[in-house]
Amino acid sequence: MNEIGLTHILFLSAILFFIGVYGFLTRRNMVTMLMSIELILNSVNINFVAFNKYLHAGKLDGTFFTIFIITIAAAEAAVAIAIIIHLYRSSKSIDVNDADLMKF
Amino acid sequence: MSASIVIFYILAAVILGGGILAVTAKKIFRSAIYLLFSLMGIAGLYFYLNYEFIAAVQIVVYIGGIVVLIIFSIFLTHASGKDMEKPKLMSVIVSALAVVFACAIVISLINNYSFFATTNTAIEPTVKNIGRQMLSTTEHGFILPFEVVSMLLLAALIGSIVIALKPKTEA
Repeated sequence: MNEIGLTHILFLSAILFFIGVYGFLTRRNMVTMLMSIELILNSVNINFVAFNKYLHAGKLDGTFFTIFIITIAAAEAAVAIAIIIHLYRSSKSIDVNDADLMKF
Repeated sequence: MSASIVIFYILAAVILGGGILAVTAKKIFRSAIYLLFSLMGIAGLYFYLNYEFIAAVQIVVYIGGIVVLIIFSIFLTHASGKDMEKPKLMSVIVSALAVVFACAIVISLINNYSFFATTNTAIEPTVKNIGRQMLSTTEHGFILPFEVVSMLLLAALIGSIVIALKPKTEA
């Protein structure tokens, strides 16, 4: 415990990941579920950066993975929010249990 | 206890506290603000690890983009002062147990694993190095994923406009 090493950061990102999973399992509201997904993606980014810094300092691959994950997360959030707004217009609710338009 | 360790634990407390409050807050708007604090703590962690470019991207895209987008969508779809519906007690207990056990397994795995670092000379993650490798067309360049991701962003832009358009009322 004298020096902050790789394992400390991995503990942090593991706990953050499971906080996101807990939110995803308990929330029934689409916007808050999207927020839990952002937490999960961020914990993955922390892992990539930490592995890049401590284990593979001779390459920049972890950095690029992080940049691409952030880009794709932004695209995903934009599309998800467009879908949520459209769903709200058609059914006046963004609860996942009310979204059964495509149920056969 | 050196200053570096203290700073790490403060950042960890901000990240984890913000995350826990974001998934348990009763009001949706507060939940978004706690998420903002958590993301800011993560940007601080990138600064702590000397990845300044990633930290800047994190602030610009997540804090300036995604959280603002989420807050706008809350205003469009909620009466944001009201409490959210509480999750069922059974679902809270089951998910909390599952999450705690999974977290314990992962932490014990990390604790028992010995990592081996590379001995290659380190490349500094400066903007110059990142930019040169990102746009290089040689063997380790990332120009192809860069172009693909730009197409993905364009598709997401057009797609979200089309999805969120108000349908025409038939006259």
